[in-house]
Formats: sequence, structure tokens, C-alpha cells
Amino acid sequence: MRNVEGMIRTYIAENMLFSDNGYPHSDSASFLEEGIVDSMGILELMMFVEENFNITVEDEEVVPDNFDSVSRLAAYIRSKSPVAASAA
Amino acid sequence: MMLVQEFLENSADRTPDKVGLICDGHRLTYAEIEAQANRLANGLTAFGLERGERVALYLPNSVELVIGIFGALKAGGVFVVVNHSTKYRKLAYILNNCQASALVASGRKADWAERLSKVVESLKATVLAPQSPEKSQDSLSFEAIQEHYSSERPHKINIDRDLAGLIYTSGSTGDPKGVMSDHSNVAFAASAIIEYLENRENDIVINVLPLSFDYGLYQLLMVFKFGGTLVLEKGFNYPAAILKRMEGEQVTGFPGVPTIFAVLLQMDLSRYDLSSLRYLTNTAAALPPSHITQLGEKFPWATLYSMYGLTETKRTLYLPPDQLDQRPGSVGIAIPGTEVWIEDGEGCRLGPGQVGELVVRGRHVMRGYWGDPEATAARYRSGPIAGERVCYTGDLFRMDEEGFMYFVSRKDDIIKSRGEKVAPKEVENVLYGLKGIREAAVIGIPDPILGQAIKAFVVTDGTELSEADVLAHCRANLEDLMMPRYVAFCQELPKTSSGKIKKTGLK
Repeated sequence: MRNVEGMIRTYIAENMLFSDNGYPHSDSASFLEEGIVDSMGILELMMFVEENFNITVEDEEVVPDNFDSVSRLAAYIRSKSPVAASAA
Repeated sequence: MMLVQEFLENSADRTPDKVGLICDGHRLTYAEIEAQANRLANGLTAFGLERGERVALYLPNSVELVIGIFGALKAGGVFVVVNHSTKYRKLAYILNNCQASALVASGRKADWAERLSKVVESLKATVLAPQSPEKSQDSLSFEAIQEHYSSERPHKINIDRDLAGLIYTSGSTGDPKGVMSDHSNVAFAASAIIEYLENRENDIVINVLPLSFDYGLYQLLMVFKFGGTLVLEKGFNYPAAILKRMEGEQVTGFPGVPTIFAVLLQMDLSRYDLSSLRYLTNTAAALPPSHITQLGEKFPWATLYSMYGLTETKRTLYLPPDQLDQRPGSVGIAIPGTEVWIEDGEGCRLGPGQVGELVVRGRHVMRGYWGDPEATAARYRSGPIAGERVCYTGDLFRMDEEGFMYFVSRKDDIIKSRGEKVAPKEVENVLYGLKGIREAAVIGIPDPILGQAIKAFVVTDGTELSEADVLAHCRANLEDLMMPRYVAFCQELPKTSSGKIKKTGLK
């Protein structure tokens, strides 16, 4: 499995920023405060995580601590998926 | 006579130690909010703000935005809240359009604020909240104002016919228009809504809607008026976090739009104790009857209000909750102290079952569009008594035998997405700004969550353009809610005999 952070960056760059030059923010940048991801985008991210990492995201796990930056999301994915954890 | 800043001042006098605002981890009492707003007002006055001048507030939902609104009013100014996802070009347009004298912006947008201070000639002062790390020479800091200016309440210099705020709404011509609300309009509309919602001092209302949107803004204004508590959130991005907050703060009032309720209904709500909830409100677009039923099942202890309105009159109609089972498709009757009727194109009033334009009469009929007498004259026309004006909503309605109103459709092609108005023209103008686009047409298509999703049809001049190119350009120029969800590349677009793009065939 590829680097988790890299997968998240690529997904957001291609699907939300429509960017040619990759993900232009740091991994700790807040998705919402920096306007990287909008409100509907969080729901899309949830589906991306479920489909690509084969984990079930519980409603109550969709909180800023898990979903508001590349690093936080990667840490959350690792905590839920042993495969992703070993691919870190 | 009541001025809008007195909503806060009266509550601060009556219950100074009561928590009025919960936001970003802060719990502010009315006395604290009052003191901060007074300091900002005294600062704005010191920087030269004069009676009736506009104060633009470009901030996310935050303590600073609340202070900004009341600080502007206390200084005798007119607040203009600009949606925080608005991009530079439109922000500059709005500031120039309303001739803003002061700008309060978030420190993250310090570079934009600096550019604006050069292109918006009316600007006398720019305040950053919080101050950005790289200190700018030209801007003032919100924190410094709080430290240096007096917390004494400024003298009132306004009367209730003066403007309190401009609320920008998407206009069919593509340029946003500022709806002028005077103090008496706001005080009347807020009182009428408080009356039918039966709000009381122990109500705790959670607001996830942007304060740039009148529905969100009035949550703040109403709560301060009746002396309740507002839980102000940045948005509905993390539904579970909102539900947890509702449980923790024992929220009694939850205003939403169909998109929010559609998301809520997909969740397992049994994990949260929401028994404190007294009422839910919906407006901006109709809830599907199945969602009304499901909300009734999920929150049997709470009352659901279906409502209708437009920024030009704030709220217009509400369905008394005891009618919900009988008439789930209706948005009800005129709000207290106002009247509505349905007219045909010739100005004749229509009876039950007939479809025509909804016309609104009352003190909530706002003062018109800022700097746009033509658009004002089209929307606000003479009423039954000489000198008065009524509002032609541009929405087609029918009523039943008992006088309850049903929304039929809009007269123009305005899209409602996430409950907010999107003028296709505004999105099309942005699309035409992308090199290589020869023709563009934008429509709304039904979407189970958004209400309507935005779909763009484009014809290129032969330039290689991908969907991502088009969306990247839109993202750089449009607010989130105006973003096309779908882009279709066409060889050509259907035209009328006069050569205008015909949208009726598009889907």
C-alpha cells in the first residue's frame, strides 16, 4: 500500500482542489480553516476513506480530531486499519 | 422604537452575568459581549467611522464576527457580513458596491485585506481579527482595540429608520445585491419570529448557518433580543460533533435547511440524548414530505416549523405546527402582524387554487437594494396605501381554501442549493472568464442532499480544457455553495430564434 498521507493529498488535490501542482498545503493545515475542503467535502472524504482503506467510518468518528488535516486523517486511518498502519 | 444594538444592550442590562454566546470554546456573558462591542465601536469611531457608513465583516462564524456586527451598530454604522468563502474578486466588488468605510477581516486573509485597502477607496480602516503573524503596517488589530478603547457604551446617534445592515444576495443579473434593512425592519421581523416560535429566555439555540445568510444572522439577533443563549458553530461540516454539542449544551432550538436535515436523517441519532430539543425550524427550501415524517419519528418531543422567506422581507410565511400533519406540503400563513396575497400578472388578487406571484405587506418589507433603484422598483412596488411599498417575491404560489400557502416555483431561473440562492448568471459569468470557453449555461438539477446541484454546460473554442480545468477556475472564483457539481462539454448549446441560449432542453 502506498503512503497514506500521499494518497490523501492526491485525492484532495485531484478531486477538491482540481490542482495540477499537487497539494499545496502542509500536512497539518486545517481543511476547514484554510478553506481546503468545504462542508460537503467532508462527506466525500468519509467515502474516500471507506472505499480505499476498507474500513467503516462511524458517524461519531467524523470529527475535527480525525478529519481536519492530512496528518490527522492519516493517523485516524492507521488506527482503524492494520494494513495502513504497516504501510506507514 | 428599538435599535438592533439594543437587543444586546437590554440583555446586558437585564442579565449581565448570563452566558449569551458559546463559540470556539469561549463562553461569553452578555456583559462581556457588551463591553467588547463597545470597545470596537469606540475604536471604529476613533478611526473616523460616521453615522450610516458601512462596516464590512469578512470573518467565519466567530466571537469576533458577533462583536463586529454589534460594534458596527453601536458606532452608528451599517454591518455587511460577507460569506467567508467569498473569493477576492467578489469581495472587492461588494466592498466597492457598498462603499465600505471599514473592513474587519480574519488575519488569515491579511494579504487580501492589504490589497483591498488599495483598491477600495472608501476604506478608512482595516481591522484584522486575529492579527496576522506577519504584522501589516496598514491594518489595526482587533486585540489591540480591545485593549486600548473604552468599554463605555457609546451615545446613540441613530433612529430606527437608519439602516442596520446590508445583506448581499445572489441577483439574477449575476451581480450580488445588498438588501437594505433598517433598524425597524429587523426589530419587527425578529419580534414576529420570536412570537410564533414562542422563544423564551431559557432557550439555547445552536446555529450552524453562516451569519452572512439572513437565516443564520437572525438566530444571533433573535437570541440576543429574547435574552437566550446562542451556540455558534462554524458550520455543519462535522454532524456528529454538532450532535454532541447539542447534547452537551442542552440545546432547545435547531434551525436547519433541507440539506442539513437530509444528512441528519442518514445518521444513527439514538446515540445522542437530544431530549432537550424543543423545536426544529426549516426554511430556504421545502422539506420533502417523507423527511417531515421521519423528523417527526426521530424527534417526537420536538416541534417542527416549516417556513418560507426571502432576504427582501426576511421571513414571510410559517406553518403553525398543529397544521403539519394535515398540510405537510404547505409553508403556511403570513407571519404575525403581516399579510400576503397572490396576484396574477395584471395585479388582480387570485383565489384558492389559482397560481400567481406572492406579494408581501408589512413592516418586514425591507428598504430596497443598495445603489440599485431599478432592481428596487421591480421588487418593491406601491401598496394599497399611498406611499407604502409591498414586496413582489418573484415566487409563484397557490393557496388552499383555508388560506394556507403552497410554493409552486420561481418566476426566474435562480437555483436553490443547500438552501441558498445561486444565480446561474453569476456562475456563467465566472465560466466565461476562463480562456477557451465560448458558451456556458448553468442549471440546477435535483439532488437528494443539496436540493439542487449545479450543472454547467460549456462549449469551448477548440482549446483543450478538462473538467478539472473548469472546476479549478470555478473554485478560484466562486463561493463553495456556487461550485458546479457536474460539467458537461457540448459541441453547441440550444438557442432561441433570437440566438439566446435556451436552457429548457438542458438537463
